[in-house]
Formats: sequence, structure tokens, C-alpha cells
Amino acid sequence: MQFGVFSVGDVTPDPTTGRTPSEGERIKAMIAIAVKAEEVGLDVFATGEHHNPPFVPSSPTTMLGHIAARTEKLILSTATTLITTNDPVKIAEDYAMLQHVADGRVDLMMGRGNTGPVYPWFGQDIRQGIDLAKENYALLRRLWREDVVDWEGRFRTPLQGFTSTPRPLDGVPPFVWHGSIRSPEIAEQAAFYGDGFFHNNIFWPADHTRRMVQLYRRRYAVHGHGRPEDAIVGLGGQVFMRKNSQDAVREFRPYFDNAPVYGHGPSLEEFTEQTPLTVGSPQQVIERTLSFRETVGDYQRQLFLMDHAGLPLKTVLEQLDILGEEVVPVLRKEFAVGRPADVPDAPTHASLRAAKGGTGA
Amino acid sequence: MKLVAVSAGLSTPSSTRLLADRLAEAAREELGNRGRAVDVQVVELRELALAVAHHFVTGFPGPPLAAAVDAVTRADGLIAVTPVFTASYSGLFKSFFDLIDPDALTGKPVLLAATGGTARHSLVLDHALRPLFAYLRAAAVPTAVYAASEDWGSGGDAYTEGLPGRVRRAAAELAALMAARPAGEAPEDEVTALERRLSDLRFD
Repeated sequence: MQFGVFSVGDVTPDPTTGRTPSEGERIKAMIAIAVKAEEVGLDVFATGEHHNPPFVPSSPTTMLGHIAARTEKLILSTATTLITTNDPVKIAEDYAMLQHVADGRVDLMMGRGNTGPVYPWFGQDIRQGIDLAKENYALLRRLWREDVVDWEGRFRTPLQGFTSTPRPLDGVPPFVWHGSIRSPEIAEQAAFYGDGFFHNNIFWPADHTRRMVQLYRRRYAVHGHGRPEDAIVGLGGQVFMRKNSQDAVREFRPYFDNAPVYGHGPSLEEFTEQTPLTVGSPQQVIERTLSFRETVGDYQRQLFLMDHAGLPLKTVLEQLDILGEEVVPVLRKEFAVGRPADVPDAPTHASLRAAKGGTGA
Repeated sequence: MKLVAVSAGLSTPSSTRLLADRLAEAAREELGNRGRAVDVQVVELRELALAVAHHFVTGFPGPPLAAAVDAVTRADGLIAVTPVFTASYSGLFKSFFDLIDPDALTGKPVLLAATGGTARHSLVLDHALRPLFAYLRAAAVPTAVYAASEDWGSGGDAYTEGLPGRVRRAAAELAALMAARPAGEAPEDEVTALERRLSDLRFD
């Protein structure tokens, strides 16, 4: 099972000091967080992609390419890559390039993006969001799998005799996850292709997550990729920890109360009860995270959101220390208990290359 | 059958709740006359006011609000009663219906009603509530009931029936529509319906 962190890349004032980091500081902080993630033994770092303030990561492969040079084992991913408004040709090129730069330590999570104006800014229409996701992804797959592509569709200039370069590393396209919160069509898309499905459940009640993942698992089997339990599932999580849970609550509350997404709404107590947010001791985080398995079955990837709502870098790095030293080792051990041997791990470049019958893992 | 009355009254007791209860009771009698037993549930929006606001902020309903939305969605008939605030339905009333899936009330029999301090606002029923439920494609019954303060202490006159008469007429219309709906129709399991729809999607 893989553990990691994902960052939205928001520039948010620290509500306890009123200080807002510069874009440059925030970008460097994201890089420091990724490097730290590897140092504390995590497996994955995923960056968001946004094209409007107050978010900085508009250019994920630039950042991930840099992180690739400063890490050795960390898998570099996205959360999410906008399959709707990006040109699929550019995605094919950028991420194949990143595969070569990072020696295969790359996968992607496709998402549609829900910021209305981004669609017209990139010449698209949000009402076509699902159709864009379908057509663009179908083209992206061909660009990675066929050396020469002739293609015509609804949303993009036709391609005749086009070769996307560089070709994917070892002829193995990056593994793809599809991220969705409430669109069953995206669960279906993931199932249709036998790709991974990531449910970013951090702002959602467990029952909703259960239904979406069950749907994906059943459809994965219907489309002939294996048993429901062979499907590749990822979940989000959101935690803040201190040795004493009261200290964690006291320190995190001003960040919660003013958070861009859910601030000024329910209380921290209500929100932790209804969503995966866990604010407390490392032991509480361990217990809560282990309970996710009861919701979705044995799964493959757990990503935590650690650095939003204006938390200072120093605090985030402390949180990563706790996560890597006290939480994830226990989670690895406990999640392995009772996990059937035939439940697959998340595909990696090495495993996909081996499955393809290439030069071995 | 299941009848749900949504009351957006804010005081306790409120004349809005009183009107909702009168309408529900009259509808129960009318359905009884047609040999149909009805289970009545009242949703008091006052108790859900914070939950409604939280849903706007978080994007998901807390358990009590989810239960209320579910009850309204599954009801065979609906009575919707709001006080008139600033020449329209109250903000809480509108906010609650903003959280209901736009397709959820399609074809559902709905009785519209409102309360106010003066009869001069009675057309709120037709210029505010009726368009809202027309958008939701609900089957609003022809008679909507407005109760001004004076209606609770007066009878009819040469031109219009008193409140009890209007309540009975509206309830009879609602009962007729509800009774005409197929009885005991098991709603298709949500997941099954979804899977059927998904099977029609093509991704390649």
C-alpha cells in the first residue's frame, strides 16, 4: 500500500499571524514538503493544478521535474491533472517527458476541475465537462500507446500522422487514476479502462465514499478487468496531530475556522464527525485511517492533505515527521494484517513494465 | 402513502406550522375518503436552519438535513408552507429547496401555501411560489392557500370562501392527484438505475 501527501497549492494567510506567504515562498514550500515526504519514508507526492489565484501550481511538470531531481524513490503524481481544459497532446508530451526525467516515478490523477471561468479561459465550456473528459482521455491514451495517430473529435483540431514525443519510457504509459467526488460517470470511466479510482473523500461523509467506490469496483469487474477487489482504489485524508489531542485541536482550530473550503461553516467537532478530518493524537489518526478499509475494502493508495489553510511550512514539516515516524509505519503493518495476498498493489512503472514483458522489474 | 409538509415558520408555535398541520390533516381525511391511508411527516425548517447554512458552505448535508431532503424526495405528495418575508417566500424556505436535486420533485403533487400579516401579499403564492415549483417540474395543485392574520378569526364572504373552505378545496385537489398516482410502486433502486444509465455510456 502506498502512502503520501497531496497539496492543493493554495496561498492562504496564516489566520494566527495574518501573514500571507508570497507565491515564491509557497512554491518553495511545496517543494520542501515533497522532499520531506521522501525523507520521512512516504511513497507519493501529488500536486494540484490550478489556473487562478490564490493557487500557485499551474505548471505541475515543471515542479515535479525539479522534485524528481531532488528525490530518488518518491512517486510524483497530480491531484488533479485537468483532462478537460488541457490539450491532451500537451499532457501526453509533458508527462512522457517527466517519466524519462524521473526514471518512471510518475503517475497522474485525472480530474475535471470545478472552477467555472477556467473552462472559457481555455476555450472550453464547463457544461461539456464530462464529454471533454471522455474524449480528451481517449485521445491521450492513444497518443501514449500508438506511435502514429490519426484522430478527429469534437473538441480539438484533428491530428493526421501525429507522433507524440518523447514516447513513454520503456513503451509503458504512466498509470492513471481518475479522481472524482460525485460524478458516477468518472467512476465508470476509471472502471471502463481498468484505471485507478481516487475518491477525494476529505470533505465527504463515509457513506457517500462507500457508494462511489462500490460502484467503481462493480463496474471494474463488469468491464472484465478482474474481480471487484482487484480494482485500484485511492482515498484522501486530512489530519493534524500533536502528542496530546487537546493540543492538536487548540492549535488547528483557527486554521479550520478560517479555511477557504469549509471555514465559517460547521464546527471542527461536527466536521471531524462527518468527514475523514482527524485532529488529535497520532493514535487517533491511525485508528481513523484504518477505519477507511471498512468503508471501501482493501485499497492501494492513501494520500493526506497536510499543507492547506495557511499552515506555516515549519508546522507542516513537523506534521510530516509525525506522519512518517509514528503513523505510516503502523498503518503499513496494520493494513497488511488480514489483507488477502491476491489484492494487488498500486501499479508502478516497474510493475507495468514487468507485466508488459519488458526488461524485468 | 407518504405526505410530507415542509413548514418554514420561525416562531414556536407559528401560524405557518398551524396552516401546514391544517392542510395535512385535511389531505389525510380526503385520502381516507378515497380509501387511502397516509403517513404524514412534518419537516420544520427552523430546526434545520444551521444545517442548511452548513450545507451551502461544505457542499454536503449533515445527517438530519439529509433525512429531511430524503423524506421530501421520496414523498408521494408535498405541502410547502412559507411565511411571506419581504414580498416573497422566506430565505430559509428558498435555501431548503435550493438543496433539493432539480429533478427530485418532477411530477410530484405539491400544495402551495403561505402565511402573512396582511392579505395584500396573497399573490406571493402565484408570483413567487408557483414559478419556483414550475421550475422544479412539480405538479402544483390549482388552489394555493394563503392565510393572513385576519383569516384565523373570520369566515368567508360573498366573494370568497373562508380559510377552512380553501383548506378543504386545496387538500381535495392534492388528495386527488396523490390518489391517482400508482400505489405501492417500488422506486427503482438508486444504484441499479445508475448502473443502467452507465451501461449506456461509451468511453472508447
